[in-house]
Order: sequence, then C-alpha cells, then structure tokens
Amino acid sequence: MTKTIVVTSGKGGVGKTTTSASIATGLAKRGYKTVVIDFDVGLRNLDLVMGCERRVVYDLVNLVNQESSLHQTLIKDKRIENLYILPASQTRDKDALTIEGIARVMHKLKKSDFDYIICDSPAGIEKGAKMALYFADEAIVTTNPEVSSVRDSDRILGILQSESKRSKMNEEPVKEHLLITRYNPGRVKDGQMLSVDDIVDLLAIPLLGIIPESPTVLDCSNEGKPVILDDDSEAGQAYSDAIDRLLGEITKPHRFMEAPKKGFLSRLFG
Amino acid sequence: MGFFKFFQSSKEDQSAKRAKDRLQVLIAHQRTDRTGPDYLPMLRQDILDVIKKYVSVGDDALSVQVDQQDDCDVLELNITLPEDAEATANALSVAKRRAQERAQEATGA
Ligand SMILES: Nc1ncnc2c1ncn2[C@@H]1O[C@H](COP(=O)(O)OP(=O)(O)O)[C@@H](O)[C@H]1O
Ligand SMILES: [Mg+2]
Repeated sequence: MTKTIVVTSGKGGVGKTTTSASIATGLAKRGYKTVVIDFDVGLRNLDLVMGCERRVVYDLVNLVNQESSLHQTLIKDKRIENLYILPASQTRDKDALTIEGIARVMHKLKKSDFDYIICDSPAGIEKGAKMALYFADEAIVTTNPEVSSVRDSDRILGILQSESKRSKMNEEPVKEHLLITRYNPGRVKDGQMLSVDDIVDLLAIPLLGIIPESPTVLDCSNEGKPVILDDDSEAGQAYSDAIDRLLGEITKPHRFMEAPKKGFLSRLFG
Repeated sequence: MGFFKFFQSSKEDQSAKRAKDRLQVLIAHQRTDRTGPDYLPMLRQDILDVIKKYVSVGDDALSVQVDQQDDCDVLELNITLPEDAEATANALSVAKRRAQERAQEATGA
C-alpha cells in the first residue's frame, strides 16, 4: 500500500522543502521505496536541497502533460537506494497542473510499488498548495514558533479537512502531524518565542517532532545534502526521531527542547 | 545588550505570552468561520459594520462564536472596546443589543 504524505504550511520559508528532503531520505534509508515530488512549479528548489539539480531533464509538468515517461522523469538518488526525486518545472506556472493530470501520476507511482510519496507543497493557500495536498493520506504541518506561521498552519488544517480528496469522498480524514521547525529553546526560555506547549495547545494536533534552529541546515543545503544524513547534527537527529514517530513509535521522547545552560559571563554579555 | 538584559526582570520580556493570546483569538475566529453555519462570516461583517457606526474599532474587535448548549446553538458575541471608548460605551451597548437581536433573528432563536 502506497502512503502519500504532504509537507505543508501555508507560510513560506518555514522549512517545508528542508523537511520533505529529510523525511523522504529518512524513509528510503530504512528501506522504503520513496519518491519526493516538488509541487512548487516555477520556483523549484527541492532539486538543489537534494543535490541533483544537474541531472534534471524532464519535470512534473512534462509528466502530467504526458511528454515524458515516469522512468525518464524520476531522478534516482546517488547516495540512498530506493530514493527518487520528481522535480518541478522551472519555466511553467502553477496552472500547468491539473487534478486529473496529478491523479494519473499518482496512479503510475502506485503501480511502480512506491511505499511513500512525499509531496513538497508550495507556500500559500491557493491552487498550488491545494493541488499538493489533494491526494494526501497524511499531512506534516510544518510550523515555526511565530504568530503568522501558526495562524497559517491553522488555515491549512481547515483546507485539509474540507478540500482534500479524503474529505471530498467522505473517507477517513487526512492524518495530521505537527512538525515544529526552526525552534530556538533559548528564546523560548526568555519568553520571546512561543513554546512547543503553546503551539500544541493552539493547533491541537499530535506532535511529530521539534527541529531546532541550526546552522547545519544551511551548510547541508549549500552542499545539496539532506540534513538527516548528518548524523552528528541536532537537526539531523531530530528528523530521524520524527521518522521513528511517523513509523509508529509515537511515544519516543522529544529532544532538543531545552536551552543549553549558559554560564554567568555569557548570560551577562551574550 | 546582554548586560542590560541580565538585570531586566523577565516578566517585561514576555512577548511570547502576547503572541499566544493573540493567536487564541485569531484561531477561534478561523475555526468558527469554517465550522459554524455558512452565513456566519457575513453575519459577523454586518454586526461589525453596525458597531463601526458608533465606535471606531478594528476588524478584530468582534469575535463571534457558536457554542452547543444542550440542544440549542448559542451565538456568543464579544466586542472589545478601544481604550478611549468609554464615552461611546453607551452607544455601543445599544449597538450590541441590536446586533444580538439581529443575530437571534438570523439563527431563528
Ligand atoms: N531547522 C532549521 N535551522 C536553520 N535554518 C533552517 C531550518 N529549517 C529551514 N531552514 C532554512 O530556512 C530557509 C527556508 O527553508 P525551506 O525548507 O526552503 O522552506 P520552505 O520550503 O517552507 O519555503 C532555508 O534557507 C533553510 O536553509
Ligand atoms: Mg519550499
């Protein structure tokens, strides 16, 4: 059975693409045949984060328009077995996609025995984002500890509950997961940033993980390497924990929520 | 910066608390709009327009919520007055009463 998971948020720049890359890579590393699809038509960057930008020949729009085959369009990852990338088009706009066209692509992927289809949503709550979440069985709602991001996440939850295929067909609702990214425990401790508890209270959906704000994320995206492959980094480990929970280990304790203890001098001058 | 922050009482710095309070209001609005009756957003706008005839308030001054109580729906209106609005409070209470009457008509209560 193929599972389709959308990584969504409403707001831009919160870490959807970073998350899509790491979740897809993590699932493939554990042996699941996984494809990650960039739905950000016109603004693709998943290929950069995955480090396969020079191998893009065809893209999602070609595939939807039946100008290329699935085999020609999928890019096989060079590091991880079982991992494939389906890039977005750089030149077309969002209107190039249709639900019927995406449905055909999803059907082909299911016939090719993929275990997971990860959909990297564009920002916004318009057509592009709706297209990315339409076929989802589960949703990873990516949220920063910030007023506008939390509000947009709530709006996306509304759309998942009323405009996804599952809701339209009166099937079991899309399973929702909250992923808090760019978390800065120090600023939470100082009362300057919403805490994990605040956000869970407000959005009232199960917490999949907390990804700390970390300079390693930028280093990795510079190199074109999903941060989950950096076993030493906190962000990488936090994504790895999130995979465990996604796969059913829901009681796994959350890490990286505490601020490192500051010494007197660094508190005074830091 | 750090030097002064060290001596600052942390209570003065609790902007996260304000963020949470604001979000609670915002999210309650959004949820009412999507789970309440279809006419609710329009009803809310109409009530707001009436309030604005008497007091100058922002769009977030009014929160509208539908609660289930036993076997009837209760429409709850909350209007936040601006600081300097005491003089217009009387006018507002008139506006509020009229709004409630219209809301009751609209829900058929
Ligand atoms: N945990 C993190 N720590 C630090 N920077 C991050 C983190 N997650 C994402 N970023 C950075 O934030 C920016 C936006 O991330 P991206 O994944 O492209 O967001 P989106 O796809 O939601 O627009 C990128 O520069 C990325 O490197
Ligand atoms: Mg993105």
